[in-house]
Amino acid sequence: MAIPLAYIARNLWTRRLTTTLTAGGLALVVFVFAAVLMLDAGLKKTLVSTGEHDNVVVIRKGAETEVQSAIDRNQASIMEMHPSVAIGADGRPLASKEEVVLISLVKISSNKPSNVVIRGISPTGLGLRPQVKLVAGRMFKAGSSEIIVGSSVAKGFSGTQIGEHLRFAQRDWTVVGTFDAGGSGFDSEIWGDVDQLMQSFRRTSYSSMVVRLAQTNLFDRFKADIDVDPRLADEAKREQAFYSDQSKALSTFINILGFTLSTIFSIAAMIGAMITMYASVANRVAEIGTLRALGFKRINVLAAFLVEAMLLALVGGIAGLGCAALMQFASFSTTNFQTFADLSFRFILTPTIVVKTLAFSVTMGLIGGFLPAMRAARMNIVDALRAR
Amino acid sequence: MYLLKLIARNALRHKLRTILTVVGLTIAVLAYGLLNTVVDAWYAGAAAASNARLVTRNAISLVFALPLSYESRIRGVDGVTLVARSNWFGGIYREPKNFFAQFAVSDNYLDLYPELVLPAQQRSDYLRDRKGCLVGRQLANQFGFKVGDVIPIKGTIYPGTWEFVVRGILDGRDETTITRQLLFHWEYLNETVRKKTPRQADQVGVYVFGVSNPDDAAAISRSVDSVFKNSLAETLTETEQAFQLGFVAMSNQIIAAIRVVSYVVIVIIMAVMANAMAMSARERTVEYATLKALGFGPAFLALLVFGESIAICAIGGSLGILATPPAASLFKQATGGVFPIFNVSVETIELQAACTLAIGLAAAIVPALHAARVRIVEGLRAIG
Repeated sequence: MAIPLAYIARNLWTRRLTTTLTAGGLALVVFVFAAVLMLDAGLKKTLVSTGEHDNVVVIRKGAETEVQSAIDRNQASIMEMHPSVAIGADGRPLASKEEVVLISLVKISSNKPSNVVIRGISPTGLGLRPQVKLVAGRMFKAGSSEIIVGSSVAKGFSGTQIGEHLRFAQRDWTVVGTFDAGGSGFDSEIWGDVDQLMQSFRRTSYSSMVVRLAQTNLFDRFKADIDVDPRLADEAKREQAFYSDQSKALSTFINILGFTLSTIFSIAAMIGAMITMYASVANRVAEIGTLRALGFKRINVLAAFLVEAMLLALVGGIAGLGCAALMQFASFSTTNFQTFADLSFRFILTPTIVVKTLAFSVTMGLIGGFLPAMRAARMNIVDALRAR
Repeated sequence: MYLLKLIARNALRHKLRTILTVVGLTIAVLAYGLLNTVVDAWYAGAAAASNARLVTRNAISLVFALPLSYESRIRGVDGVTLVARSNWFGGIYREPKNFFAQFAVSDNYLDLYPELVLPAQQRSDYLRDRKGCLVGRQLANQFGFKVGDVIPIKGTIYPGTWEFVVRGILDGRDETTITRQLLFHWEYLNETVRKKTPRQADQVGVYVFGVSNPDDAAAISRSVDSVFKNSLAETLTETEQAFQLGFVAMSNQIIAAIRVVSYVVIVIIMAVMANAMAMSARERTVEYATLKALGFGPAFLALLVFGESIAICAIGGSLGILATPPAASLFKQATGGVFPIFNVSVETIELQAACTLAIGLAAAIVPALHAARVRIVEGLRAIG
C-alpha cells in the first residue's frame, strides 16, 4: 500500500518558509524557460502568419532579403505575365511590384534610431495580404505622398500617428492611416505607393514582387520557368518559406541562449531542491522508522519522498508558468539580424509549451529529490526508530 | 577568535548541505559573470571605436549610399584630415552561418586605423594586387586563411561570386581590437559593379574620416551635414563610437533581457541560500537557547548566523569568480567567433563579488532574527 498523498502534501505545508523559498527558486527557472519558449513561438507565429500559402515572393538570385534585391521593370513584366499567376476580378494579374527600403526612425522606448521597413506597394498589394486591415484613418491615395503605418510601428516609433509627417527623401510624407496585420511581420512596416517611393528614392528598379498563384500546385512550374529563363536572374520562394527563412538566425540565437540559461539555472534550482529534501529526510528519521515498522516497504518510502520533491517542483512550476503567462501582454521588439530591420513580436503561450514547462519542472524535482529519497529508503528500521 | 571557530564548525556541521550550497553559489556566480561578459562583448565594437574618427552616412538609413562626389566636399570641410571610403559588402563565405564582415575600402583606409597592424611588405603586396584582400587575425585563425589563399565569396548586395586573394593578415594592436573582418579594394568593387549593375556604381556606403582635433568632432560633424542639407542624399555624421552604439541600440531589448536574467540567477541562488540558512537556524534553536542561557546576547547570535552565511558565500563566490575566465575562453571557442572580443572585465569581477556579499547578507536576515529572538525557555523546550 502506498503512503497517502495527503500525508506527503502536509509535510510540505508544515515547512512553509522552506517550501516557499525552494519553490520560488524553481519558479524563477521555470519562468525563464517558459519565457524563452514563448518568445520563440511568438517569433515563429509572426513570420509564418506574414506569409500567405499561395503567395510567392520573387527576389534577385543571391539576395537574401528584399532590401538587398533588385528586379528591373522588364523582368517584373515578364514574370507578371506567367500563366501560373492568378488573374484578378479586373482582368489584371494579381501581382504586386514592390520597393522595400529601410528608413531609420526614433524608437520611443529607447529614444534611439532603429531601422523600419518602408514598403511601396502596387494597387493589388493590399488584396494579396488578406490579414492586413485598416483600423484607423484611410488608405493612402495612389500618386500622393501619403503613407499608412503598421500597428507595431504606430506604437513603438515617434512621429507615426495619423496626421503627423515623416521627412525622408526630400519630401514630407503624411501618415493617413494605421493598419493591423494580425500580429504578422507587416505590423512592423510602413506602406506607401510604390511609384512615389521609387521616384523619391531615385530608384529605377523594384526590390521584389509578390504574386498570387492561380493554383497551389503551380508553384514548382513557376519557379522552374523563372530559373531557366535567360532574361531573368531571379528566384521564387513561397511567401511563408521566405519569411520563416528570414527569422532563422534570430530564432536559433534565442533558442541557444535560452537553452544554455535554463540548463545552468536548473542546476542551481535542483541543488536547492536537493538541500530541502535532504533536510526533510533528516528531520523525519524517526517518522520514517515508524512508517517502515508499520509495514510500508522501502519502495513506498522512496516513492513518498520522490512524490514530495515532484510536488514541490510542480508548485514552483505552476507559479513560474503563471508569471510567464502574464508575459503574453508584453511585446518584444528587436532588430532581426538578417533583414537589419526592426521586428516586433509577442510572447505566445501554447499548450505544448505548458506541457513542456511542467514536465521540465517535475523533472527538476525528480532529479533533485532522487538522492535524498534513496537515503530515506535505505534506512535501517531499528536505527531509524532509535533516532530522536 | 572562538567566534570564528564556532562559525567554521557550524558551517561544516552539515557537510553535504554546505557542499551543495557552495556548488550552487559557484554555478550562479559563474553564470552571472558570463552573462555580464556577453553584454560587454556586445558593446566591444563600440568600446574599441574611436572618438577621433567620424562616420558620414546617408541620413535615411544605411541601406542608402552616398555619391562618390561627396568625398572631395567632405575633405573641404575645416578640420577634416583624411577621408576614406567604405562599403559594406555583405557576402556569404560558403554558408550563411560563416558570417563575418567584409568591407570594400579605399587605400587610405588603413592610415585611419593605426590599431590594425600590417607588415610593410604585405601592405605593398596588397596595394599591388587588384583582387587582393586583407583578413584579420581572428578571422584567419577561425577559417585557416593564409597569405596567398583565394577566398570565394557570394555577393548578396553585389551579385555574383567574388574571389579575393589574401595578401596580408591584420593584427590587432592590443586585445580590444577586433580583427574579424575582410578588407578589399573599393576600386575593384566599383569597376566590377560598373560593368554588371551600373546603378550601383560610384556609390559609397559610408565615409570615414579623421579630424585634426577630436574636441571639435561635434562641430565638424554639424558642418559636414550642413554642406549636404537639402541635397538628394542628406547625410548624418557622428563619431565612430556613436555609430557603433547605434547598432548595439537596435538589439537593446535582447541586451535588457540578458541583464534581467543575469539578476534572476542571483535571486534564485539567494532563495537556495536563504533556505539552507533557515533550515540550519531552525535545527539549532535549542543551541541558541543554550547560548543565551550561558549569557550570550542576541547580537552575538545574529553575528554567528551572518558569519556563517557570509563564510559559505565567500567560498562559493570565490570559486565562481576564479572559474569565470577559463569558462569565458571555453565559451568563446564554443560560439566560434560570434563574439570576437570576450574578455572578463574588472568591473564584472567586482559585480560578482558584490552580488556574493549581497546573497550572504540577504540569506542571513531571517535566520539571524530568529536566532536573536529565541526565548530561552521555549528554545530549550523545542525539538529539532
